[in-house]
Amino acid sequence: MAKAHVYKRDHINTDEIIPARYLNTDNEAELAKHCMEDLDKDFVKKVRPGDVIVAGDDFGCGSSREHAVWAIRGAKVQTVIARSFARIFYRNAINCGFYLIESADAVDKIKDADEVEIDYDAGVIRDKTSKTKITFLPLPDFALEIIRDGGLLDHIMKTSA
Amino acid sequence: MTITEKILARAAGVDRVAPGQLVEAEIDVVMCHDVTTPPAISMLVEKGIDRVFDPDKIVVTPDHFQPAKDVPSAELHKRLDDWAKRHKIKHYYKLGRAGVCHALLPEQGHIRPGEVSVGGDSHTCTYGAFAMFSTGIGSTDLAAAIATGKLWFKVPASMKFVLNGALPHGVYSKDVILAVIGRIGTDGALYRAMEFVGPALAGMSMEARMTMTNMAIEAGAKNGIIGFDKVTQAYLDEHLKEEVAYTVFESDPDAQYLATEIFDCSKLEPTVALPHLPSNAVPIGECAGKAMDQAYIGSCTNGRIEDLRIAAKIMKGRQVVIRTIVVPSTPEVWKQAANEGLFDVFYSAGCVISAPTCGACLGGFMGVLAQGEKCVSTTNRNFVGRMGHPRSEVYLASPATAAASAIEGKLTDPRRYL
Repeated sequence: MAKAHVYKRDHINTDEIIPARYLNTDNEAELAKHCMEDLDKDFVKKVRPGDVIVAGDDFGCGSSREHAVWAIRGAKVQTVIARSFARIFYRNAINCGFYLIESADAVDKIKDADEVEIDYDAGVIRDKTSKTKITFLPLPDFALEIIRDGGLLDHIMKTSA
Repeated sequence: MTITEKILARAAGVDRVAPGQLVEAEIDVVMCHDVTTPPAISMLVEKGIDRVFDPDKIVVTPDHFQPAKDVPSAELHKRLDDWAKRHKIKHYYKLGRAGVCHALLPEQGHIRPGEVSVGGDSHTCTYGAFAMFSTGIGSTDLAAAIATGKLWFKVPASMKFVLNGALPHGVYSKDVILAVIGRIGTDGALYRAMEFVGPALAGMSMEARMTMTNMAIEAGAKNGIIGFDKVTQAYLDEHLKEEVAYTVFESDPDAQYLATEIFDCSKLEPTVALPHLPSNAVPIGECAGKAMDQAYIGSCTNGRIEDLRIAAKIMKGRQVVIRTIVVPSTPEVWKQAANEGLFDVFYSAGCVISAPTCGACLGGFMGVLAQGEKCVSTTNRNFVGRMGHPRSEVYLASPATAAASAIEGKLTDPRRYL
C-alpha cells in the first residue's frame, strides 16, 4: 500500500532533493541513498517502494540536474503530487517516463502517512485513510505519449522509425 | 510577436507561433558540461544511438568539478573526454582552456543573436542577453538534442520588465535582478519568458546584462532575453570568431505580454538575498552588520573580468578579515586579471585565487561551508545546503558588496568604498 510523505513546504529545490555533493555519480541506486537528504535525512529510511511524495508549490526548482528525478525514482517513489512543479524538473520527469501529478486539492487533503491509491488513467487518487476521493487532471496527451513509450529517447526512436 | 516568439518561430520553420503552442525547434548550439552530459552519453550508447547531429554545433567544457575533485568526478571527465574525441567535437575546451560554461561560450564567440541554444545546465538562460532563445535542460533532453539537433518546446508567454532610470553609484545589475526576483518570487515567472527592456540597459555592459539573464531561472523562467543594441554589436564584433550571419529579431510594438513590471533603477540600493531563497532580497541597510565567515567572488553570475575589477577596486590597499575566494570564470578572465594586476591586489588583500571552476557555488569543492558558517557570495542560489553543510547560510550579493563585506567581515554597504 502506498504511503504519502507530505512536505507542505513550497520551493523544495533540487539541492534538497539531491545535494550537489553527490553529483559526482549518475548511478541511480547511489543517488537514491541520498534522496531528499537536505530536507529530511530520514526520508530514505521511511520510504517504501510505491510510496508518494506530496509537496507545495514549485517542487523541483533550481538546477537542471535530472539526478533529482533519478534519486526519487531510484528510491522507488511512484509519483510526486505537488501544487505546482518547476519547469525543468517537470520536463525531466516526463522525459524519463516518470509520472507527476499537479493537484492543489490533493495537497490540501492528503495528510502525512495517509495511504493512497492512484488511478492514472482515470485521474483519481483515493485517500484510503481519510476515505476521500480526489480527482486530478491527467498530464497532457503529448506528455502521456512520451511516458507510455518509456521516455523521450524511446519516444523519438519509435516516432522517427 | 515578442522576440522570444519570433526566434522560436524561425527555429520551428513557421511564420507565427503563440504562447502555449508546442513546436519542434532546430537547435543551433548545444552546451555540454561534466555533470549532466556523461549521463546523456550513457543513455545514447545504451539505446544504440551514439551519434551527434553536428560535431561543430556542440560546445563542450568541463566546469563543475574541474580540475577533477575526486575519483568519481575524474571518471565523469573521462567519459566526457572519450565521447568528445570519439565524435570529433570541434569546440571542446579541455583543462587549461575550459571555464565556467556560461562565461566561456559568449567569450569564445559561440553565442549569436536570433539563434536557439540549449545546455545541460539551468543557467543556460544566460545567453538570452544576446537576443537569442536559450534555456536549460536535463540529461534526457540533452541526449535528444545531441543526437537529433531538435527539441520540443512549449512557446512561453512573455513578461516584460521595464528598467527605467540609471543605476546609482555602487548599484549593479546583480542588485537589479535580485530586486526583480524579490518582487515576483522564485516562481514569479514560472514557464515564462522574462524580457528585459528600458533605458537602464543602455548603461550596462554585456557582462552586466548576462548577470541578469543568468538569474531568470531563479524566478522560474524558461528564458531571459534582452534585445540587440550597440553594446551587443560591439561585444560580438570583438568575440565572434567565425563569419556566420545572424538575424536580429525584436519584439513588435503590439506584442502580447502576460504582465509588465516597471522598476525605477535610480531608486535601487545594493541588495542582498538572505537565506534560503534568491527572492529573499532586502536592501543592504536592512542586513548590514551580519557577521560572515567567507566571501566568494566568482561563478557564471559574477565571475567575469568586470566583476573582478569591481572587487579589486574595493580591496586595493585593504585587507580581508574573512576567508575570501576569488574564482575567475574562464582562463581568458584569469589571464586578463593577472595582466591587469588584479591578482596582486587580491593576494595583498589576503584572498586565495582559484582556477576557473563552478567549485563551491554548488557546494562542489574549493570553498564549501562548515555547519553554521555564513558566506556572502556573488553566485545565484542560496538554497539550503547549496554551498556546503545543510546548516550553512548563503547571502547573495554583487561583487562590490561581497568585496566590501570581506574587508569588514560582515555584510557591508559597498558605497563607502567606491
